[in-house]
Formats: sequence, C-alpha cells, structure tokens
Amino acid sequence: MMLGRVQVPQSVKRGEAFEVRVIVQHPMETGFRRDLQGQAIPVNIVDKLACTYGGREVFRAELGTGIAANPYIAFYVVARESGPIEIAWSDDRGQEGRASALVDVA
Amino acid sequence: MNRRRFIAASASGLAAAALPARAQRFQPPQDVAPLIEQITGGVAPTTGGITVKLPQLAENGNSVPLQLAVASPMTVEDHVEALYVIAPRNPRPLVATFHLSPDAGRAEIATRVRLAGTQKVVAIARLSGNRFLVNETEVLVTSAACLDESM
Amino acid sequence: MTHDVMRHVAAAACCCAAALACASDLPARPQPPRNGSEFQSAEVRALQADDFANPMSLWISRGEALWKEPRGAAGKSCESCHGEAANAMKGVTARYPRWDPALKRVVNVEERIQACSEGAQGAGRFGDPSDELVGLSAYIALQSRGLPMSVSIDGPARGAFERGRSLYFTRIGQMNLACTHCHDANWGRRLYAETVSQGHPTGWPAYRNEWQHPGTLERRLRACFFGVRAELPAYGDPDMIALELYLAWRAQGLSMEAPGVRR
Repeated sequence: MMLGRVQVPQSVKRGEAFEVRVIVQHPMETGFRRDLQGQAIPVNIVDKLACTYGGREVFRAELGTGIAANPYIAFYVVARESGPIEIAWSDDRGQEGRASALVDVA
Repeated sequence: MNRRRFIAASASGLAAAALPARAQRFQPPQDVAPLIEQITGGVAPTTGGITVKLPQLAENGNSVPLQLAVASPMTVEDHVEALYVIAPRNPRPLVATFHLSPDAGRAEIATRVRLAGTQKVVAIARLSGNRFLVNETEVLVTSAACLDESM
Repeated sequence: MTHDVMRHVAAAACCCAAALACASDLPARPQPPRNGSEFQSAEVRALQADDFANPMSLWISRGEALWKEPRGAAGKSCESCHGEAANAMKGVTARYPRWDPALKRVVNVEERIQACSEGAQGAGRFGDPSDELVGLSAYIALQSRGLPMSVSIDGPARGAFERGRSLYFTRIGQMNLACTHCHDANWGRRLYAETVSQGHPTGWPAYRNEWQHPGTLERRLRACFFGVRAELPAYGDPDMIALELYLAWRAQGLSMEAPGVRR
C-alpha cells in the first residue's frame, strides 16, 4: 500500500468551499532516466487519483510523467455534511493507495 | 593517447552513461496546436480567464509549483469541467488533467510539475457548454550548477 | 570562462586558506552566519516551511512509525528504551556529531541509530542509503528544529574535529578545490544560476529536488565530492564524520532547520 497523506481544515461552514491537500510518496519514474549501466529505468507513475466525499466522487485527476516526484495536489470541495474525505490513487503497475481525513461541517 | 586523457575520456564516458535525461540538451518546444485541438475538439479557445501562478525562474525543473484558478460560479449551469496542463518542451507535453464539478465550489488546483527547460506552459480550461479558455505562461528553468550523479 | 573564474577563485582562496591554517586559533566562520534555506529560491523556502507539502513529511511519517515499531531479535522499539521522541530526542540532532563513550568514536546521528539498530535492537544495520534510516533521522532532527546547533569539540572529540578541519581546507578532485573555496570565499555569489551557500549542515536530512528524494548530510557531502570530480568516499567513512563534526562546529549557534528542502 502506497504511503500518502491528506489534509483538510479542522472545521468548515456548510456550503463553503474548503481546500483538500494530498501528498503521495512515489518516485514518478519517467522512463527517461538511465542507471549507471546506461539502462533506461522503466516508467512507473501514479496516473489516477480521485476524491470521494458524501457518497460521490468530487474530484478526479489524470497524471502524467510531467508531475513531480512525490505528487502533491490541492483542490477544493464544497462542504455538505460532516464525514470522511477519502482519497484513492493508483499507479501504472496496479499499486493502490488510500488516505482519508474527517471534515467537521458546522 | 596519454594516461591523463584516457582517464578523463573514460570518466566522461561513464558520466555520460549516468546522465539523467534532463542533463542533456533539452529538446525545443513541440507544436502543441494539434494536442490543444484534440482537447477542444476544434472549438477555438478564448485567451485569458485562467490565473496561472508559476515562478518566473525555476532553479530545478524537477519540481516547479503550479497553481491554476478560474473565476467561476461553479454552478450546474456554469462551471469548470476540466483543467489541462501542457508543457511543450516536455517529452510528453500533456502533464495532467484535473476533473472538476459543481461539488468543487472553487475552480482552483495546485500541484508540482516537471519542466524540461525554459518554456511557455499552456493551461486550458473546459467550461460547461463546450467553451474553452487558454493561457500561456513563460517559465525560465535553470539546471543545477553541479550535476549530481552520485548515490 | 568557468575555468578562468575557478582559477581566480582558487588563487584568492588559496591565500585565505594558507593564512587560516597558520593561525593558532580556530578558523574564522562566515559572517553573518546564514542558514542554507536563505540561499534557496522563494518556492523552495516556502516548501520547507510547509509541514504538509514538504515531501520530507512522508518520510517523517515513516520515521515516526518506526520509532514505535518493535524490531530485531530484542523485539524492542526506539520508544521502549527512549520513551516519547518529542521529549527524549529534543535537542539531540543539534548536539551531533559527538563522541560516543560506548562506541568510543565520534558518530553522527545516523551512525548512532545504526548502532542502536545493531546493538540494542539486534536488527542489524539499515542499508546505505536507506529510506527508513533517513526517515528516522529526519523525525529525530525535527525534534531539534529551532534550537541552536551546539556541538562539543572538547576532549575525545578533538581529534576528529582537527581531522575534519584539515579536510575542509584540503583540495580534492579533478577541479582541485577545497570546501573553503566555495563556502568561505564565495558564499553569496553565483555559480551558474545558483547562489553558493555557506555550507552549513543545519537543514539536514533534507529533500533535494535534484535527487527527487530525501538524503542525509553524508549523501549531500558525497555529492560535493562528485561536484569537484573527486573519488567518492565510502558510506560510513570516518573522515566524512570528522568533516560533519567540523561543519557542525562551524555552524554553532545557527538555528536547526531540518527537515529541509533544497533545490
């Protein structure tokens, strides 16, 4: 399971857009780097990331090799009810990762 | 060939084999018009409307912070559906696609991108109703003074 | 053009180095003392200051978990001997490298962790380099953030200090440069598009964008060796630890800023 973290504000007002920040530990190998023997290091990137909240997907990203290693993404979500913000991601080798944080909606 | 030149030549040969792609000469920008046309489906995008925050100078192309924002009410009738980031000098110019909906509340994302040299980063926004916005921002990208292939 | 600049730099610095080596008291330290982050771009500084977005946070999470994880033949965690890291490790990295009475040599934090891993835990050494070791070292370094660097060079540590000091002023590599030539004589000046730092160790372990990965101070010093085209010392070379002690002395009073981010 890949390591990743998600951060949301401690509490938000209903109807307000709040920032969700995600960081995932991943080398985002481009496939263009070569090792000391001159062999190309195979491509390996996190290519999909999605956020689910209140029972539905509220954000989705498709990432390419042009995203920096240990990908960081921040986006906004409208506060509806208190509950978990769930992030799920996967890489091009089928490895998956999940992280979640509870958001308290006043 | 004397010993010193031989050693220098061997050393540089070894170093060349260990060079990551970015240490070599960066390729010139590709023509991304076909990629943009593919994204917009032939619809002509309006220039402007996207606030792009990128540093003027990036000391290292491996990690450049990027923020995109579109002033949008993000209602069902009028919202940003997707944001695209294109780097014309990167070997794969389409960097990322971010899918939004009225659930977002704000059409704003932040991330860190890789840039293969100085170039004009292109941001495209797809709005509901098949409308498109486009914005270009130049970033100066420099390399490390002492390239590091040690481990 | 670069070679001419280097020759001028080397010539100017050579005189300084000779004068310093002759002086009977300790070498002059850069004034005013400035942390490594001051020589990075605004974006890199902002990233270092952001505890969430700083990529080191991922490795520190691992380090924090490792602190509590029973390991090895002894089935002990760091916590079982030391207790809470926030208490036990406060100020520790700021005092390293130091003479270790049990090991009877000067060690840096990573070597001390290795000794615990091998000895008290019976888990053998972490690899070189190692993600887990850098995570643990970064987690421990975090407990010193904001505290002044303050190492002892007295008594049994003196030998290593003098060795480190001598190395700091020794020319190495195809470029025939010593640390002093860049970090005393030319800090604040541009090398290509970068601003040369004073070479302080206070920001380490750090995430280096160049590596797209975190690393220890030792890894960073090896990169300097590579930079001047010198043979890389082996990991764990006592000379490197001696150099780290000299650098820590040279940075005394500077605020610890690990976990750092560097270009």
